[in-house]
This record gives sequence, C-alpha cells and structure tokens, in this order.
Amino acid sequence: MSASLDKVAQTLKGVIDAPIASYFESCVHCGLCAEACLFYTETGDPKYTPIHKVEPLRRVYEQEFTLLGRLKKLVGLSKPINDDELDQWQELVYDSCTLCGRCSLVCPVGNDIVYMIRRFREGMAVSGHVPDGIRSATKRTVEIGGPMGLKWPAVANVLRKAGEATGVTIPVDQEGADYLVLLSSMEIVNYSEYIEALARIFNKAGISFTVASDAFEATNAGIQIGSSDLAKVIVSRIVDAAERLKVKYVLSPECGHAYMAIRWEGPNLIGRPFTFEVVHVLELLDELRQKGVLKMKDTFKDPLILHDPCQIVRRGGVLQAPEALIRQVAENYIPIADQQKWNWCCGGGGGASAIHTEEAEALRARVFQIKKRQIEEAGVGTMVTFCANCRIVMEEGLDHYEMNTKLLGLTELLAEHLEPVDVNSASALP
Amino acid sequence: MNELQFLTWVRGPGLDIAVGIFLLGAVWRLFEIYTLGRRKDLAAPRRAAGASGLHTVFRRSLPPHGMLKRAPVSYIGGYIFHIGLAVIVFLGAPHIMLIASLTGLSWPGLPAQFIGVATVMTMAAMLAMLVDRINKPAKRFLSTFEDWFAWAATFLPVLTGWLAVQHLLLPYTTMLALHILSVEILLIVLPFTKLFHVFTLFGSRWYNGSANARKGVPV
Repeated sequence: MSASLDKVAQTLKGVIDAPIASYFESCVHCGLCAEACLFYTETGDPKYTPIHKVEPLRRVYEQEFTLLGRLKKLVGLSKPINDDELDQWQELVYDSCTLCGRCSLVCPVGNDIVYMIRRFREGMAVSGHVPDGIRSATKRTVEIGGPMGLKWPAVANVLRKAGEATGVTIPVDQEGADYLVLLSSMEIVNYSEYIEALARIFNKAGISFTVASDAFEATNAGIQIGSSDLAKVIVSRIVDAAERLKVKYVLSPECGHAYMAIRWEGPNLIGRPFTFEVVHVLELLDELRQKGVLKMKDTFKDPLILHDPCQIVRRGGVLQAPEALIRQVAENYIPIADQQKWNWCCGGGGGASAIHTEEAEALRARVFQIKKRQIEEAGVGTMVTFCANCRIVMEEGLDHYEMNTKLLGLTELLAEHLEPVDVNSASALP
Repeated sequence: MNELQFLTWVRGPGLDIAVGIFLLGAVWRLFEIYTLGRRKDLAAPRRAAGASGLHTVFRRSLPPHGMLKRAPVSYIGGYIFHIGLAVIVFLGAPHIMLIASLTGLSWPGLPAQFIGVATVMTMAAMLAMLVDRINKPAKRFLSTFEDWFAWAATFLPVLTGWLAVQHLLLPYTTMLALHILSVEILLIVLPFTKLFHVFTLFGSRWYNGSANARKGVPV
C-alpha cells in the first residue's frame, strides 16, 4: 500500500460516523435510489445508482468497523481499496453526482445518501482523485478570490456600472450596515442584472447594505471538492468581513451551493456558531413581500414554470418563499408535478458544471433531457430559476437541444416589475 | 439421529444457540454502529412543520412522491411480504404459543386458514420481488451473493412452515424440524447481513430526518 493510499484509507475511515454506519447497515439493495437520480433515469446505466457511488466507502466501513469485516481482513479475504478503483470512482462521485439529494428523499430505509457522498468526497480530495476542473476552481478561489479568477477591481467596476444603471450607489466596506451582500462570480460575470435588482429593492425597502472588497465571493469550491481545509479558508473570509463590518445579516446570493456553503456548512467549518444571521435573498424578498414592501407595478404575462435549485430548496430549506414570490410577479405561473423539494436537478450542481471533459459535458447534456421534458410537458416558453449556476447549466442544455425557452432569474424578474422607487417615500422597515 | 431426535434438538439446544447468537449479535452490532457518534451541527437550526427524525421514521413507510409509479413491484411486493411476515410470525397460533412458552406473553391469533392465505401471498410477493431483482437493471447490478442468500434465508422458513402445515412433501415431523432449523439459520444470520436493516432502519430514518429537520426540510 502506498503512502498516499494509506492516507486514503485513514481519511475514509475518519469520515465514517454513526449515521454512515447505520446507512450502510440498512441498505437492502432495493435500487429505489436509482429511480430518484437523473443520471440513472436519463441514461438507464445502473452504475449511476446512488448507493453504488459510495461502494469504496462501504468496503472501508466493512473492513475497519464490523466484526465480520475485520475477521475477513485478518485472514486476507477482503480486497483493500486501491488507487485504480478510486480513479474509476471519480466519475461516479463528481461527474455523475450533483449532490442534488433526491436519493436521500426516497430511500425506504431512510439513508441520507448525499451525505455519504459528501463525506466520501473528503477522502477523494485527500487522495487527489478530484476532477481537474473542480480542482482549479478551488485553487482560483483560494488564491485569487473566486472560482472564475475574478479580482476585486473587476467586481468594483461591475458594481459601479450597476450603480450608474440604477441610480443607487452600492456601498463598499461600510461598517454597521444591516446586510453584507455576497455575490457569486457567475452573477458578476454573466448576470449583473442581479446586482442591479438587489440595489433597487434595498433602496426601495430602505435597508442598508454593503459589499466587502475582500469577501464578495459566496461560492465555495472547497466544499464541492470535499476539502474542508480549503473550504474553511474560503468561508473564513466572509466571517471575518461580516464581523469586522459588524453587520446583522449576511445575504446569500441566489446561487445554491453558495447558500449551502455559508448557511449550513460555514459554522461547522469554522467550528463555532456565527455571530450574524445568514439569509438567502429569497427569504429576505419574501419577508419584504409579506410586509407589503415588494409591490409590483405590473406582472409578467407569459406562461412559465419554476426550477427549484436543489441546494436552496430541497437541501437548503427555503421551501415556501420561491413560489410565493413567483405568484407575486407572474400571471401565468404553472406549478409542475415534481416541484419544490421534488424538483429535478439542472445536472450541473455540486461542482459538476466545472468539469469540462468531453464525457462530463456529454453526460450533462444527456441528463438535461429531464428538464427538457418538464418544459415541454408544461408547454411553456419561459422557465424561472434562482441560481446562477443552474441557469448557466440549463442555458447550455437549451442550446444543446436547440430549444428557444427563455431563462430568467427570479430576483431580476421581481426587480423588473417592481414599483418605481420614490426616494421621498422610501422608509426604513419597522 | 432420527426425525424425532432431530426435532428435539432443533427445539432445544438448537433454538437456544440460535436465539443466543441472535441476541448477542444484535446487541454487539448495534453497539458497533451507534457508538461511532456524529459531529454536532453548529449551524443555527430552522424549524418547519412535519420535519423531525420521528416524522421521517414514520413517513418513510409510505411511498414518496411519484415513486409508486416508478417501482410498483418494489412497493406493493414489499408491503405484502413485510406485512405478511409480521402477520404470520405474530398472529399465527403456533407462533404465539411458542412466544408464550418463552416469555409468558400471549395474545389472540388469527384462524389457521387466514394465516394460510397470508403465507401464500407472502411467498408470491417474495417470488415477485426475486423476479424483480433479476429483471430491474439497477437491482440486478447492486445484487451480490448476500442478496440472494438473504432472500433464501427469509423465504425458507415461510415455505417449510407452509409445507409442514399442509402436510406436503415430507412427513410432518421432519418438515416441522426443517422449519425450525430454517428459522434458526435466519436468526443467526440476521445480525450479520443486510437483514439487520430490521433494526437499523429506524436509526437511519431518524438520522436523515433530524439532520434535514435542522434545515427545515421534512424528508
């Protein structure tokens, strides 16, 4: 066994806890998790069965933690994990798992399979079995500040332009603001309308906010890769900035994995609860809606469906706000059969969209068929979502199938139809 | 050893050994699993109606959204054979008498004819599940020796019990002894195979339910 491999076995051993042991013991190989996974339903290839994706971890569990497994290991009856196998598993753990968590919702014995994959990725990261795309995105986030290599001057430029477009100056590094606004590189580069939308809404609601020049990026590739050390470095930037600027809230952007990273993983990464609250932008908007601040000047007329991003809804717990908000702005909103926590993934979450090998891209296009069916069955020309990553992945899918479906961001759609700002009547929330 | 001696052995020392291994094995395995502990979640929890470990323990007994249509054999077959096994084991008159002799606890059973029908349905459902395991790509792909073995270890007690009651194939005494032996094999292997899910599924559902409940998601 090579040194690195020994480290893998040790790391894999280290990620196994009581839930994982209980999950492995409970699995009856019923295969129902496959029916919940878009990589299986769209390809029919049984290797994509979710529980199979953690098979090497199961072997480590059996060999290291069970009575019979230890006996088998002692007499040389069990096969230790080897490098080739983990190489082979890389595709199953990263390319073909978006951490969407649908499998965890259907397992009849109750296994939280996505949790097992998350922990397994930690072992894969240590042993270096990580796709280049995610590895370099993580490296860029740690070294430069964001997964796309975006530096502050470029961000400042986008913020200035958004300020000019809206007439609302976007404060930077302002101490004592209510909200520290986080962004995702994807939004800064591809969907700067989001920033404008936010500026308009904050201004209208009379809420003070700021952007931190050293902590603008909300996404955390360290988590997707499975490296908690790197993830901690990335999340600490936000925590430090929020505490330095003494904000009450940190506002997560639409981006799903960013929300997961800061809201649910963050405190566990730094090892203590936060001194501020993390709020998803849709939670804030829904609160404003309930208080009557979010008034629309008109509505969006085209029939549309909603794509609920996995990490915000199913895995993140923002269950009710999205539909309430879309009903506020859309006249012809059509609820789909598999909605809210049952929605199907865009196919590119969990870091998968950063993997640009030919096979990974072909697979993503293939599994997009499920979204294609949802759009076609609803018979709509517009789909609204609230995650920049979902959006770009789905745009690629729509291009691939030459569909002319329009994709819109929810926050941006709301901003477009918001009552115009009257500076005199703008007042702080009670 | 003649058939009477065989029966005497399986009813006496055989049963003691099997029950002993079953109990010690189950306790050991539960200890092995649940003493591993888990990390405390430091993120501020969110509350939501219907989201808790206990909710999930019960909710997962029902087919989740859209799943019945996707895997009808798994769900319908699964219900019939699990309920069937429970009815046979806990409401069959001879089984109640056995439990009463071991523990002193007793309750009314169901008529033998009813148990006979339940037994045939259970076997039919188990055969359908076996065919499904062979036919369904994902199930077949996941299947190892242990899956076929666990199926056989569960099916044999039902089959031999039914054959004994119906006086088929072998003399009653021999078939009854085989029936008891097959149950003893089942008891012995249960803690060390996937059959152990009869214990751990409660823990698994609870862990999943409570972890997601912290995020405000009823799972």
